[in-house]
Amino acid sequence: MISGYFITIFITIVIYAMLAHSLNIITGHAGQISLGHAAFFGIGAYTSAMLYTEAGFPFWISVPMAAVVAGIVGALLGIPCLRVRDDFLAITTMGINFVVEAIFLYIPFFGGAMGIGGINLPKWFGREMTKPEYFVLILVVFVLLLLLDRRVGRSWIGLAWASIREDEEAAGSMGVDVVRFKVLAFILGSAIAGLAGGFYAHFLTFIMPQNFGFGQSVVILSMVVFGGIGSRWGPIVGAIILGILPEVSRPIMEYRILIYGILLLGMMRFQPGGLLGPESVLSKLFRRSVYRPGARGGSQ
Amino acid sequence: MTLLDVRALSKEFDGLRALDRVSFTSGEGEILGIIGPNGAGKTTLFNLISGIYLPSAGEMSFQGKSIHRLKPHQISRLGIGRTFQIVRPFQNLDVETNVLVAYGHRFYPSLWKSAGPFRQPEFLKEVQTLIQRAGLQSYTKHTAKNLPLGFKKRLEIARALALEPRLLLLDEPSAGLRFEESAQLMELIRQVRDQGIGVLLIEHNMQVVMDLCKRIVVLDHGAKIAEGSPKEIRSNPLVIQAYLGKET
Repeated sequence: MISGYFITIFITIVIYAMLAHSLNIITGHAGQISLGHAAFFGIGAYTSAMLYTEAGFPFWISVPMAAVVAGIVGALLGIPCLRVRDDFLAITTMGINFVVEAIFLYIPFFGGAMGIGGINLPKWFGREMTKPEYFVLILVVFVLLLLLDRRVGRSWIGLAWASIREDEEAAGSMGVDVVRFKVLAFILGSAIAGLAGGFYAHFLTFIMPQNFGFGQSVVILSMVVFGGIGSRWGPIVGAIILGILPEVSRPIMEYRILIYGILLLGMMRFQPGGLLGPESVLSKLFRRSVYRPGARGGSQ
Repeated sequence: MTLLDVRALSKEFDGLRALDRVSFTSGEGEILGIIGPNGAGKTTLFNLISGIYLPSAGEMSFQGKSIHRLKPHQISRLGIGRTFQIVRPFQNLDVETNVLVAYGHRFYPSLWKSAGPFRQPEFLKEVQTLIQRAGLQSYTKHTAKNLPLGFKKRLEIARALALEPRLLLLDEPSAGLRFEESAQLMELIRQVRDQGIGVLLIEHNMQVVMDLCKRIVVLDHGAKIAEGSPKEIRSNPLVIQAYLGKET
């Protein structure tokens, strides 16, 4: 049996992978920078926690509601974000993150600095789920999300996002309703972040505003950029590597933000496409080994 | 038949009149030349017609429908395609995908339809026809940013044609091209016209304009100073003055 410690790390990594994936929809697919993604993670976590502890809804309702509420707030906040681009969008989304964190912190209704406790793992078959079972549950949900992502990526929606990412003005002149497709990306990305928040709250059983601050947004963005912005697997690989690093070495945990910052700078300088981006060293190696096996004498 | 009707169209930027009460009409299967010195307001005019800017005053209608308050995607869906003075293909997408973006104009209005997959054989076939018309069939899978300028310009035309336009706005298609490239492009524009599509052509190369257009509108400092056949334009004193300056 795998020890509880490893299961905890696995669950954390799947939640981070879900977050990185959701940010990748907004920033990678639709090309809209967001420095406040943890806000939606937090909105999901708080929605789920409040519904569960205050209103008495079961996990199976509170977590989907977390996605719905985060998606709605994402749409509402996405609309002002449509008026700004690039660096101004980065600052606006950052501001949203600070506002959301402050609301959790200063409004007593949300438990203030003490946060919310007493959130439990879900029940099924008349008993509480074990942690390995919970791990399998969120892994299955994550795989379903990835299938959805592939489906959307191959649809006209995915193509419209690509055109907006490439050139917003040209996209508009080609019949793409830029506003509608941007809002759609914000809704989808925020809803999935909210879902991750719901899973996170029920797993930690206790949440505080600090879990959803700007630092958390930077961590999520680092994972996306490190792995390869816009690629399907890059952000997941980024989440796995940057999620495991602090666990294998305590000093890394203490200097986490510093190390992530240095990693970000390094990636921007040497591999702006990320580990799995189309122009990265790894992708080139992979392509070479797949397309020309004979070149290394490996063919029969 | 009249396609586009522009009436007293004006645009101000911070008090500066970039376009001053310009009126003209253009018809089906007609290449209307738009010429004028640098800064005359030609590209501003295109940006107004395609909805990138909102006019400060004046009206525009396309096939009898008022368009001066519409957004770019609405205008393009009505059947006005355009190219850009400084080429703007989707640089990191291949030629086929570039054209597919515009081909999708029929799916974007419905969320349900836009959730369908875009790489369908029947769509690819139609897109391939457009690519062929633009003479880019050997470059279908090439990334746009790696194409030479002349091919990028043809790609922009193929992309605009995927909108099934009734009117095409071409902003300096021959600028920066070698003679042969330019000649090929002119041939493509003629073919487009022969299909009954109206063309508005901004062009600095007078040879090209005089060759292609039966009618020309001349802008200077944002105002229309002349309109007529190439012959009339060539001998118009106001036009000569705008281009060469006043004799002293």
